Amino acid sequence: MPAETKAPPAEDGRTVLDARDISRALTRIAHEILERNKGPEGLVLLGIPTGGVPLARRVAARIASVEGVDIPVGSLDVTMYRDDLRMRPARTLLPTDIPPGGIDGRTVVLVDDVLYSGRTIRAALDAMNDIGRPRTVRLAVLVDRGHRELPIRADFVGKNLPTSVAEKVTVRLEEIEGEDSVTISGGAATGEGESA
Amino acid sequence: MNRHLLSTGDLSRDDAELILATAEELRSLADRPIKKLPALRGRTVVNLFFEDSTRTRISFEAAAKRLSADVINFSAKGSSLSKGESLKDTALTLEAMGADAVVVRHWASGAPHLLAHSAWVRSSVVNAGDGTHEHPTQALLDAFTLWRHLGSLDGRRVAIVGDILHSRVARSNALLLRTLGAEVTLVAPPTLLPVGVEGWDADTSYDLDSVLPKTDAVMMLRVQRERMNDAFFPTQREYSRRYGLDARRMGMLPEHTLVMHPGPMIRGMEITADVADSDRSVIVEQVTNGVAVRMAVLYLLLSGNESDTGRTPTTGTLQAGAPTTDLDGAAE
Amino acid sequence: MTSYLIKRARILGGEPTDLLLEDGVVSRVGQDLAAEGAEVVDADGLVALPGLVDLHTHLREPGREDAETVETGTRAAALGGFTAVHAMANTEPVADTAGVVEQVWRLGREAGHCDVFPVGAVTVGLQGERLAELGAMADSAARVRVFSDDGKCVSDAVLMRRALEYVKAFDGVVAQHAQEPRLTEDAQMNEGELSGRLGLRGWPAVAEEAIIARDCLLAAHVGSRLHICHVSTAGSVEIVRWAKSKGWDVTAEACPHHLILTDDLAATYDPIYKVNPPLRSAADVEALRAGLADGTIDIVATDHAPHPLEDKDCEWQAAAFGMLGLETALSIVQETMVEPGLLDWAGVAERLSYAPARIGRLEGHGRPLAEGEPANVVLYDPAVRREVDPAGLASLSRNTPYAGRELPGQVVATFLRGRPTVLDGKLA
Repeated sequence: MPAETKAPPAEDGRTVLDARDISRALTRIAHEILERNKGPEGLVLLGIPTGGVPLARRVAARIASVEGVDIPVGSLDVTMYRDDLRMRPARTLLPTDIPPGGIDGRTVVLVDDVLYSGRTIRAALDAMNDIGRPRTVRLAVLVDRGHRELPIRADFVGKNLPTSVAEKVTVRLEEIEGEDSVTISGGAATGEGESA
Repeated sequence: MNRHLLSTGDLSRDDAELILATAEELRSLADRPIKKLPALRGRTVVNLFFEDSTRTRISFEAAAKRLSADVINFSAKGSSLSKGESLKDTALTLEAMGADAVVVRHWASGAPHLLAHSAWVRSSVVNAGDGTHEHPTQALLDAFTLWRHLGSLDGRRVAIVGDILHSRVARSNALLLRTLGAEVTLVAPPTLLPVGVEGWDADTSYDLDSVLPKTDAVMMLRVQRERMNDAFFPTQREYSRRYGLDARRMGMLPEHTLVMHPGPMIRGMEITADVADSDRSVIVEQVTNGVAVRMAVLYLLLSGNESDTGRTPTTGTLQAGAPTTDLDGAAE
Repeated sequence: MTSYLIKRARILGGEPTDLLLEDGVVSRVGQDLAAEGAEVVDADGLVALPGLVDLHTHLREPGREDAETVETGTRAAALGGFTAVHAMANTEPVADTAGVVEQVWRLGREAGHCDVFPVGAVTVGLQGERLAELGAMADSAARVRVFSDDGKCVSDAVLMRRALEYVKAFDGVVAQHAQEPRLTEDAQMNEGELSGRLGLRGWPAVAEEAIIARDCLLAAHVGSRLHICHVSTAGSVEIVRWAKSKGWDVTAEACPHHLILTDDLAATYDPIYKVNPPLRSAADVEALRAGLADGTIDIVATDHAPHPLEDKDCEWQAAAFGMLGLETALSIVQETMVEPGLLDWAGVAERLSYAPARIGRLEGHGRPLAEGEPANVVLYDPAVRREVDPAGLASLSRNTPYAGRELPGQVVATFLRGRPTVLDGKLA
C-alpha cells in the first residue's frame, strides 16, 4: 500500500469518536494509570510518533491537574526497529526524545493512537531495550481495533473498536490535523496490504 | 534519491534535506548507552579502498556497524602507474560475496561511476572519494555541521579556500551547498582554480582578505606541499601568507563564522594551530557528524531496496515514508 | 586473372557508368560495356571511389598481436574500402630500422588484403633523443616515405628541425603528433569546464596548437614539407590555414571520430571514448568539418587504434588511448561531410584517396578511375543504414565508440589492382 501523504478528511468516513469522546477517554486513561501505579511516582510517558506524542502530552497534563506534579514525557521513534524495513521505501526518522531522567528503573507508559497488529509496539519494546531498563512497561492506546499478529495487549484502552481488516481507522488530533476525531472508512475493498 | 551516491550533483534539495534530517536523528545515538540500531541487520557493506584513507574508512565502518550491518574491509592498493588489482575483478568478487553496498574510495576520478554503471555489481555504490572528482559524504557532513550551527543555509555565504583544482571536497561542497541555498565563494590562487570554473555555480576570488568579512563559514582545504614543485605556487611561506588562515585573518571574520577543515590538516600551511584549536573551529565536530551522516546515507540507500523476490533493487524509490501512515491505523 | 565488369556504378557519384577491370588496371570506362568471360558486378545505385588510402593506422604487429595483426588489420581495412594503409611505427620493437619496416611490409604482402606501407620512427625507440636511420628505412624494400613518432611528439625543436631537413634527401615527410608533453602530463580529456567538473586532468588545446605553430614555422624555415597528424582543435585549423596561406608545404589530417564525437562523452567515464588527442568541443568539431571542406585539412586518416578488452574495461585513467576506425571511416565521412553538403563524392575521393597517396608519395594508389589507371576501386552503397556491432568487426579488437549506433553507408566491394578483396560486403 502506498504511503499516504495526508490523512483523509474526517467526513470521509463514519465518526466513531468525536472531540468530547477523545477527551473523556484520555481522562479515564490518566486516572487508570494513576490508579494502577498508585500515584505519579516513577512514571514516564513515551509517545510513539507522530500520533502518540500529543496523546502522551495530554495524558500528562491530566495527571498534572489531578496530582499537581509534572511527570516526564518524551517520544520514542521505532522506525529503525521495524521488521518491514527491507520491504518498504526508507522512512523518515521521527524524533526520539528521552526525558533527562532517563527510563532506568521507571514505569514507562508507551502511548500510541491505534493498536492493530502489535508490530509497532514490538519495535518500541526493542527500541526501549537499547535505551535503558525500565522497571515496568505499560501500554496506553486511544483505539484498539483488534487483529493482533503478536502476543501484545494494551493496559489502558480509550475505546475498543471492532473493525474488519479492510476498514481503515483514521485518528485526527488537534495538534497535528487541527481537530480531534476518530473515523472508520472503507470496508468494501478487502485484502489491501495492511501488512504493517 | 538514487540507488547510488556518486555525486552531490545527483541530490535534489529534498534528498539532501532528508539526509540531513535523518542524520540529526541518528546523531543522538552517540549519547545512548547502546550505540547500535538494528536497521541493517543481515546486510553487508563492503569498504572497498583503492587508496588509503584510514579516517574515512573508520567513519564508514562505524556508521555501518552502528546500523548492525556486516562490514567487510577490502583494501586493494594500486596507483595509476601500477594498475594493481583490477576494479572489474574486485567488483566481481564482491558481487559473488553478496555485498549490498559498496563504499568505494579510488585514486581514479569516475571509478565509482564506472562501478555503479557496469554490469559487474548489483549493489548500491557509495562514493567515498574518487580521484580529484567528488567526495559526497564529506560534503554532506560539512553541510550537516553548518546546518546544525547556522540553521537553514539559504543565503548563507560559505568560502572554500585552497586547492580547488585538485579537491574532491570542494567539488562536492560547491554542488551541495548551492542545492541547499547557500552562496559559495571559491578562493584560491589562479593556478589552483580549474579551467572553466566560471561555469560553476559559485563565485571565485583570488583575495582571501576581501572575502572573510562577509562569510558565514570558511572551509579550509588541505594544500599538499608537492604542488609547490609543480609551480602552482612559489613557496609554502608565500602560500600561507596569501591564503592561510591565521589569527589575524580570523579577526576579520564575523562573530558567528565557523572555521572548518575536512582533514587531515597541515598546521602551519593552510591553517595555524591556534585557529584550528579555537572555539570557532568545528573541525572535531565534523568528525562526529561524519558518522551520523554516513549512517543516514547507508540507511536511506539500503532500507527498502530489497523486494520480496530477492536482490533486485528498485531504482529511484527512496522517499520519506509519510508520517500519516502512523495515523491511519493500517500501519499502526 | 579474372576480369571484372562493373555495371552501372556512379563514379564519384556521377552518372551510372560501366568499368572493366583487367590485368590490374581499369581497361575501359563507358556505357553498356560487354566483355567476354568477365565476371559481372551489378553496381546499380553504388558509388565508385578510388581505393581509399589511410595515412594513419596502427596494426600493432609486431609486439601486440593480442590487439591486432597485419592480417586482421588489413582485413578491416579492406572492409572499410581501403587499398593501402600506412602502419604506424609504435610497435614492439619500434619500427625504427630497415629490418622492422621490411618485416611489416612483407607481412602486408602476405596478407594481401591491402597494401601496407610502414611508417618509420623519427627517433630511435620513439624516445625523442636521437634520429633513427631514416635513410636506411627509405632505401629498404618498404620504401618508407612517411616518418612519425606517433603516440609521442617530437617535442625537441632541434631534433624536429633536423628530421624535417634530413628527409628532404629522399622526398620524405615528417608526420608530427602535436602534443606538448609538459602541458599534457597525465592529461585525460579536453581541458574545459567539463574536465574540471569530472576531475579528469585537462588536455589543453594549446598543447596541440603550440607544437603545430612551431613546426609550421620550422618547416617554412628549412623549406621542408610537414604533415600534421590528427588535428583536433579549431585553433589548429586556424594555424594550418595561416601556414597554407603563406604557401608553406604543410598538410594536415583529421580523424573520423574528431568529426563526430565530442568531449561530453567523457562524462560517462567509459574509456571507449578515451583517445589521443582527446575528443574536443562541438565548436572544434564544426571547425574541423569546415577545415576539411575548404581543404585546410587535406585528408581524413583513421588513427585506427586497436586495444584488447582489458585495456578498455577499467578505470578511465588506467585505460589505453585510442579507438577503432578502419571499418567505419567512410560512413562517418558520409554522415558528417557528405550528407550536410560539405563534401561531394569527388571531395571524398580527394580527402581519402588522392591526397593521402600524394602525401605518402605512393605510386599506384590514389589515382582516378580512368582508363589505364590502377584498378583500385571501392563500390559503396550510401543508401543503406547499418547498426555497428562490435562483434561483427574484422578487427581483432572491439574498441569501437560506435557500438549500437546506426551509421549510413556500406562498402559493397573493394578491388586491389583488379582483384576483389571484398565482394558483397564480405571478404573475398
